[in-house]
Amino acid sequence: MPPGAPRVNPRILREGMAVLWVAIKAEPRVFALSVLASALYALMTVGTAQVLGWATEHVMLPAFRSGRTTAGALAGAAALIIGVAALKALGVAGRRFYAGLMQYRMQAEYRRAVTRQYLRLPLAWHHRHPTGQLLSNANADVEASWAPIAPLPMAVGVVFMLVIAAVSIVLTDVTVAVVGFLVFPAIALLNVVYQRRLAPVATRAQQLRAEVSEVAHESFEGGLVVKTLGREQAETERFEEAADALRDANIQVGRVRGLFDPVLEALPSLGVLAVLLIGSLRLQAGAMSAGDLVNVAYLFTLLAWPIRALGWVLAEVPRSVVGWRRVRGVLDAGGSLPYGAAEPGGDAAASLEVRAVRFGYESAEDEGEDVEPGDVLHEVSFDAGAGRTIAIVGPTGSGKSTLTSLLVRLVDPAEGTVLLDGVDVRDLRAGGVADTAALVPQQTFLFDDTVRGNITLGADLPDERVWEALRLAQADGFVAALADGLDTQVGERGATLSGGQRQRLALARALVRRPRLLVMDDATSAVDPQVEARILAALRAGQSRQVGQDGRSGDRTGATVIVVAYRKATIALADEVVYLEHGRVSDRGTHAELLVRSTGYRNLVNAYERAEAEQEALEPGGTGDIEGGVEDGVLK
Amino acid sequence: MTALSETSIGEGAVSTLRRGLRLSPEFRAGLAGTLLLALVATAGRVVVPIAVQQTIDRGVTGAHGPDIGFIRTAVLLCAVVVLITAVSAYAMNVRLYRTTETGLAALRVRAFRHVHDLSMLTQSGERRGALVSRVTGDVDQISQFMQWGGLMIIISLGQLVVASVLMAVYSWPLALLVWAAFVPLALALRRFQRLVSGAYTRVRERTGDLLAAVSESVVGASVIRAYGAEERTARKVDETVAATRRAQTRAQGLVAMTFPVSELVAALATAAVVVAGTLLGVGGHLTAGELVAFLFLVTLFVSPMQTATEVLNEAQNAIAGWRRVLGVLDTEPDVADPGERGETLPRGPIEVRFEGVGFAYPGGPPVLHGVDVEIAPRTRIAIVGETGSGKTTFAKLLTRLMDPTTGRVLVDGVPLDRVRFSSLRERIVMVPQDGFLFDASLADNIRYGRQDATDEDLELALTELGLADWLEGLPRGLATPVGQRGESLSAGERQLVALARAYIADPDLLVLDEATSAVDPATEVRLQRALDGVTRGRTAISIAHRMSTAEAADEVIVFDAGRIVQRGPHAALVAEPGVYAGLHESWIAQRTI
Repeated sequence: MPPGAPRVNPRILREGMAVLWVAIKAEPRVFALSVLASALYALMTVGTAQVLGWATEHVMLPAFRSGRTTAGALAGAAALIIGVAALKALGVAGRRFYAGLMQYRMQAEYRRAVTRQYLRLPLAWHHRHPTGQLLSNANADVEASWAPIAPLPMAVGVVFMLVIAAVSIVLTDVTVAVVGFLVFPAIALLNVVYQRRLAPVATRAQQLRAEVSEVAHESFEGGLVVKTLGREQAETERFEEAADALRDANIQVGRVRGLFDPVLEALPSLGVLAVLLIGSLRLQAGAMSAGDLVNVAYLFTLLAWPIRALGWVLAEVPRSVVGWRRVRGVLDAGGSLPYGAAEPGGDAAASLEVRAVRFGYESAEDEGEDVEPGDVLHEVSFDAGAGRTIAIVGPTGSGKSTLTSLLVRLVDPAEGTVLLDGVDVRDLRAGGVADTAALVPQQTFLFDDTVRGNITLGADLPDERVWEALRLAQADGFVAALADGLDTQVGERGATLSGGQRQRLALARALVRRPRLLVMDDATSAVDPQVEARILAALRAGQSRQVGQDGRSGDRTGATVIVVAYRKATIALADEVVYLEHGRVSDRGTHAELLVRSTGYRNLVNAYERAEAEQEALEPGGTGDIEGGVEDGVLK
Repeated sequence: MTALSETSIGEGAVSTLRRGLRLSPEFRAGLAGTLLLALVATAGRVVVPIAVQQTIDRGVTGAHGPDIGFIRTAVLLCAVVVLITAVSAYAMNVRLYRTTETGLAALRVRAFRHVHDLSMLTQSGERRGALVSRVTGDVDQISQFMQWGGLMIIISLGQLVVASVLMAVYSWPLALLVWAAFVPLALALRRFQRLVSGAYTRVRERTGDLLAAVSESVVGASVIRAYGAEERTARKVDETVAATRRAQTRAQGLVAMTFPVSELVAALATAAVVVAGTLLGVGGHLTAGELVAFLFLVTLFVSPMQTATEVLNEAQNAIAGWRRVLGVLDTEPDVADPGERGETLPRGPIEVRFEGVGFAYPGGPPVLHGVDVEIAPRTRIAIVGETGSGKTTFAKLLTRLMDPTTGRVLVDGVPLDRVRFSSLRERIVMVPQDGFLFDASLADNIRYGRQDATDEDLELALTELGLADWLEGLPRGLATPVGQRGESLSAGERQLVALARAYIADPDLLVLDEATSAVDPATEVRLQRALDGVTRGRTAISIAHRMSTAEAADEVIVFDAGRIVQRGPHAALVAEPGVYAGLHESWIAQRTI
């Protein structure tokens, strides 16, 4: 089920009113102003007719009868007409403006809230929710939630008109009033039928709207793959399917709404006609006067207007409720990472301890099914003393990246603990881990920002420090060559930077923070080995402190480094190697120890040499048994 | 690179509307019938209050006292009119929803397709979220206008004409007076519309920015989390939210101003008619009845004017959305498919030739200079060089993701830009470094390379690539869901899938752009061997980040600072002093401890 997909609830109207109440409570002043303006507008609309009637009666007709008129009388009539219109104009402008203000403020408020929630919710939640859906929650769903605000002030503003007219009618003739007021239960019934029939189709339409967004987002994001495999047509068909489903749902919505609107409009007219019919009988019976009937009929035509305004609000309610439920689905989503209060300690390199960690991803599709989410890590334990460098080595898919994300607390283990300086990372205050540790992920992500913005991420760091980090990451050369240097805008998918260049920016982003724990997830594959060696050496020696003379890090003694690597040269720089296989620590020790002890490790890190040896062995013979080659050849 | 077209931003509303309608003929389907129903419905809405009024006037307050029989007949007739009105309105609504939603869906699909037809550079210059908004929210903006406003304009115009004619019949001097009062309004509205139009365009642009910012905060969630950049990201989103709200409020403020203006003008016209009409009456040129009737006609004239104001505002909003959609459709793909007129390459090994090829990213310095190279069919080439030396650019030109700035690329002697995309993409396939996967099963993702592949084909392909073990290790095998962007798999595994996906497409020229950079050495060696086997008889070009690939290739091409500096088999290159020897040395160095 998508986030917040609602069950069909017959009490949608109540819920819709609750949604509107949220908005009224949030913006009481603006709401009051918009209602006042609406009331003024309504009053003056009635006033316009009255004034015109008065002018006819007291200025025009006497003039026609007597054959003369005075400038004063004419000017008075004109001034009255224009004066009432001016008040009406004020009302309409105020109603429009304040209703809009309220609607847009609520939209902004909830867009902020929804995005804040995206930033707060754990990554596991993100894994389950397609980006396109989340975009739709922040956009179409928020918009739908607050759509009834636009007609709301009018509906509220004319309520007193309704009351005045209703009371006058009752006072005039109860029988006629009872017949006329049958309009109200009819409208209530119509509304119940409408809400019931519209809610499911509106829910579906809103969900499909999100799916259209989802397909578009994914397809555009994978644009390169679509292109390189020539799949434009197939993708278009996939999108068309979603767009057509949305079209059909929208047409369904249209059918229901298309019936509701004319019937709602017809009901008051039918009411007036009923009043006339019954009124004529009462007239015949002498129970009421002709004047009374005229008056009642007029009051009923006045009633039509508030009923219509109410109808506008009611018409928007189901979609609003559906949008609101989807928005609430995000806002009420639980499972944030709880934080403790502990301060990350000291300026020295951090020590890291991983104790019996188990972790498994839950995928969205697993939710309803009886599939055990496969554990990616089991019983993983190792430690890294302050200032040490640990290499994590293992075959593709053995859980290395998952492990790195646990170390910097992007996710929490299902069992076991990760300790930084002896403190469980879950006990550290919010932001504590980020202040201590920096992860350079395998896949580079750049923000739609300048080079500087991408490196500092908003931290107030002097340019010298940024340049120093770029130098360490071997990125200073190409950044200096960019047209605007540090101020060069790099797009979210900026194609002008090569993969290696982007990776170096990501590296500089980590280095500039002078982390006490640096975690690199195969993040130097595009960096020359010598450069990598220099970076690691600098980190270990704490050379980074030479850079900034800003005191804060003057007594730094370097960083603890965890590096996921395949390169032997990188591994050789490590004090210890943790060898992972199928999510378990298969062995730990120095590179030399593991070469002797672990067959899997040996085969992995010596793969190229083995391949070469086999190549040479096979060269004269031609074909040969590839797999069997040089079994466990002891190459170093 | 061409950015998405901005030409339509400056264009007039009417022109946008006309072009938009021309592009979506679906909107016109059954228009005559819909219009007819609309006329009946509108006529009904005007007639009903008048009929009720007449019933009261004649039946209740008639000269001879209440006429019960007349009232009953009239009420019955009125009820019939009310029902006809409602039924027509319902029928019209249904038709309108059907045609407009059909048109909008088609427009969405067309814009979506066009985004994919745009060149890679144009695409990557746009932010994902903003692109998405062009096929979602921007299109949605059009719907309300099409489902209500467009028709109302036509009906209002009709009502204006009828009221005008009737006014002129009653009293042409008074009619002139009314028109004179409305001329300045019409002119003012025109100016105003331009302002409103600009304001709504900004709303759509800001909404695009907003979605881009939200998208960034979702796609970049792990980096944001790792660096504690939540506050900063939230601030960025807040800025776009605030900018959107400001733009909306401004547009709403402008719209709110149009209504009082038209109210006041209407009042002026009415007041003028009262004054002038009375004076005319005093002069004996007009009867009281005529003046009262004329005043009623003025309200008939004013109400469509006010509806038109409302609709025009709505229209500006729709047009702003339409412009952004047209902005996509107006952008000529700068790497265009020659289509039907293009050539189809026959199947078989591919020969590639670069003639004096240079390339510069828009606004950037040249990254490739005068590249001349010939790659014989059936050869396996490794391309090496430092990062940023132009390797990937070379691959993108070779697969026509971009066109060279100077010189030309030929495959089998045919200039690449003459080859039909359907043929090109079938025969030349590139595996990019970032193996993007779709949120589907493993099988679906591999099948992306060839839709009619059976599960057996997929298993066979993975086995041929030496990945059978890996497949067996997956808990759900081919049915394994890979998650969004393939994130349930590791980066190395995603590359394996991407490779299998390209392999099953069975191309004649396979271009690998560091396609195994995240794979462990043992798997890579296995893949390398498997690829050697399966690419036998095809042309294969791999951009190598590990020299082991170069060692196994028939020939190595060495790039340095955008030029080809060396070429030859590994054994020859490694022996001569130069860039390659340096690269190789550092490769050996990192393996030796």
